[in-house]
Amino acid sequence: MEERWSTEHVLSLSPDAASAKAAGKLSGPGPWSGVGCNGTALWGACKGSGSTPYRTVIELAGPAYQCSCPSRKFPCKHALGLLLLWSSGGEAVPAGGEPPEWAGSWLAGRQQRAEQQRTPRAEADPVAARRRADRRAARVGAGAQELRLRLADRVRHGLADLSTAPSPWEEVAARMVDAQAPGLASKVRELESHTDEDLLAEYALLHLLAAAYERVDTLPAELAATVRSRVGFSTESAELLAGPTVRDRWLVLGVRDSADERLTTRRLWLRGAKTGRPALLLAFGRPGQSPDLAIPTGQLLEAELAFHPGTRPLRAVLGTRHGMPAPVPAAEAVPPGVSPARALAGYGEAVADDPWLESWPTVLTGVLPVPGHGRWQLTDGKEALSIDTATGPGLWKLAAVSAGRPVTVFGECGHRGFTPVTVWDENGRATGVS
Amino acid sequence: MSTMHQEDLWEDLRTTALLGTDRRPLPSATTTPALAAAAGAVDRTDPAAALLELAALVTVHRRAGLLPGPGPQPTAPAAPDERPALPEAAARRLAVLLSGRTTGANTTGTLANLAELLPQWLAGARESGYRPPPALVPALLDAARARSELRGDAVALAGPLGRWLAEQNPDWAYVRRTVTDNQAAAEERTWHEGLFAERVTHLTRLRRSDPAAGLELLRGTWSTERAEDRLLFLDALQEGLSEADEPFLEAALGDRSKNVRATAAELLSTLPGSALGARMAERAGTAVRLVDGRLLVTPPTACDAAMQRDGIAPKSPTGRGERAWWFGELVAATPLGHWTAGFGLTHAQLLDLPVTGEDGDEVDDSWRDDLREAWARAAVRQHDAAWARALLGPAPRRTGAARTESAQPAGAPAKLLAVLPPAERSAWTAAFLQTHGLGDAFQLLGSCATPWTPPLSTAVVAALERAAGSGAYPWSHSGVLGMTERSLSPATAPAVEALAADATPDSAWAETFGRLAGTLRFRAAMLAELAEGRTV
Repeated sequence: MEERWSTEHVLSLSPDAASAKAAGKLSGPGPWSGVGCNGTALWGACKGSGSTPYRTVIELAGPAYQCSCPSRKFPCKHALGLLLLWSSGGEAVPAGGEPPEWAGSWLAGRQQRAEQQRTPRAEADPVAARRRADRRAARVGAGAQELRLRLADRVRHGLADLSTAPSPWEEVAARMVDAQAPGLASKVRELESHTDEDLLAEYALLHLLAAAYERVDTLPAELAATVRSRVGFSTESAELLAGPTVRDRWLVLGVRDSADERLTTRRLWLRGAKTGRPALLLAFGRPGQSPDLAIPTGQLLEAELAFHPGTRPLRAVLGTRHGMPAPVPAAEAVPPGVSPARALAGYGEAVADDPWLESWPTVLTGVLPVPGHGRWQLTDGKEALSIDTATGPGLWKLAAVSAGRPVTVFGECGHRGFTPVTVWDENGRATGVS
Repeated sequence: MSTMHQEDLWEDLRTTALLGTDRRPLPSATTTPALAAAAGAVDRTDPAAALLELAALVTVHRRAGLLPGPGPQPTAPAAPDERPALPEAAARRLAVLLSGRTTGANTTGTLANLAELLPQWLAGARESGYRPPPALVPALLDAARARSELRGDAVALAGPLGRWLAEQNPDWAYVRRTVTDNQAAAEERTWHEGLFAERVTHLTRLRRSDPAAGLELLRGTWSTERAEDRLLFLDALQEGLSEADEPFLEAALGDRSKNVRATAAELLSTLPGSALGARMAERAGTAVRLVDGRLLVTPPTACDAAMQRDGIAPKSPTGRGERAWWFGELVAATPLGHWTAGFGLTHAQLLDLPVTGEDGDEVDDSWRDDLREAWARAAVRQHDAAWARALLGPAPRRTGAARTESAQPAGAPAKLLAVLPPAERSAWTAAFLQTHGLGDAFQLLGSCATPWTPPLSTAVVAALERAAGSGAYPWSHSGVLGMTERSLSPATAPAVEALAADATPDSAWAETFGRLAGTLRFRAAMLAELAEGRTV
């Protein structure tokens, strides 16, 4: 019989606390009928306030959900409730059944789409596609050149000289969007928010990026890929998955969600148990929806990952999974890590490969969080890393878990300091602190 | 050495960038050979572009060569917490309750405001002696910072970790001033440095455990306290009040503040053997006499200096006649034993006697009401259950007759009820609900111990059912409903679920009952989780 998920795992899929509570009320067998599961999916009908029960079906591998209820929440309380019912084990959701027609057709449709995704779309007209790509490359090139000149102009007149400031950066950002270089556009927008201290560095690195793009064809392949992706060229997941993949047992080191008004972004940092490679998966959700990738910290997933190319490959897409995620064995629960000095050296090596790199995923071992007025530090007794001041109130969680004793911390180590994401307590239990 | 040069070069570049390459020449690089070599390769045809390229070079050089700072002085670790860890399910529940505090948008959702359930959870958890998950302690301390009534339980539950965290975060400074049972160190500090509300709480707690020490503490700073503070500190002496407090209270009768004097007098009047009680009894003996099986009322004709010193205000604040006002005040301050012992009658007999005014044989209901009202106040002040019971009368019964049949109890029934033992209080309120419904029951229910006893809970559910059946809107009972969600016995859940199922679908009452049932299940699960493992 398949491994059923823990209640905690199910609740981590919830888009918000209200949904988790509402789902708790649907986690008993009472409102459900016709429930079943077959190892890859579960389904059931839930009696709601209306006369027709809602039909809920979940594909476990994604996980992906489908429900006939009108809720905008995703997954909805019915899907979560059904998962909770299933996770409680026992006979409430009998295993080994055949899905009813309405569930089966949705599952089949998904499978079909997944297969289509795995085979890269064959271009209908390769000549036209080539022409489109050339046209875009030319537009981005023109955009990069304009940006480089504008940056140089500002430095010519002096950054302190606001009177002769040329068009505000917002307008330049819009021109970069027109030039189909979204990566440049967002970096231009960020220029407004940097302090005087950082401003020259940001100008210089953006100038470097624009200049690098102008001669991207002459760069080594990896560096060219890094430049292209930072300028804003994306690579389709299907295309990546068609190339080489890395199979490993991937341990989830940390998860962090960030949201703006348009999008919830979830970052999952992984480390391969065999290869030791770091990887970063990104998942997105619309507001009110949970991003569709949810594997809690401390889970191990045997899977194929395809890395975005670059000098320092980190971002990856998830390909074929070999089995369900399972909790890491207790003996390996706390990942091995390094000292603060070694962590900074590690970032230094990474930045030597990719000059635009802000930080590098890092596990620190045996560090003591030391609260301070406006400046927290992580110390191994000899040396210390500052904690990035942008880190929020989660820092007190870090202090509480440590209680003044050394702990293992995962986070991003960069030139602004260390941004903690996960802390492990003495029993090997992971807590998110971002 | 090289870092030094690199920093000089960087500052030079920044200055040039700020002023503009039109105004200031490019800095010449004097730095490490590697950096100098790379810098030398930069094309300097356009000084602005060259500056940006040099800056990129130095930026990456700096970032790649970052070094850690010296280790700071570590803080001493938190004292170990020997308590067993909170059971898994209860820990998850705490996380939900604490997060509920911030999801304000959800108050109209399917569950009661979770913040209202937090006090119950905390009290239960503290009692069961568990250690909370460390990661939840910051949120716990934040919750109790905003709600001072949670502090005692929250600080006790947070344990040594909570105190350790509070030493480092000024937002949680209240923790060290919060007294828990096993911690005496905070006491002195609270009294001398605490905020007013914290000082009152501290004094009240101290009075509960050691009344004499509490009195000493108050006496130490009494003369320097502000009048409004003196008033509430004096009020705190109610806890553990005894003859030992009498000299202090007698002295307070001469206080500068009128309200302080009145409160001192009120406290003295609740001390059965006090000198003030004896003086009041003497006045009461003149004001009410037993003549021919009637109580003859002769209210005082003046409020002399001695009466004023004993806390009777010369001016009636109620607008009633001054003599009636003085009369009420003095009866309320008279030890109740004066009546039973003085007249040789039981309270029940006294309450049955006809009452007449000073001139005339006519039975005067207004004097009778005044007398009962004053007795009721005395019964509340003196915590006299026998009198309170007699004044409340038997619990109202549902009979065929109209509801006016049961005599309206004297005074504020909720206050009288509070004097009775909890079980009797609940039973009386349950009977009241059966006769009168929910309309006037808010204060009575508030005086009952929570969670409500099963019979009282059943009565409340039945009253809600009648209210729903009568066509009233749920929101006209929102006060009672809010209290019900916190206090109803979880055993009533099936009955509430049945009501939810029977109500018209999608109606306001269906939603109300559904929500109530959900809350009851939540509370039942919450308490069961805490009990889990305690019996093992």
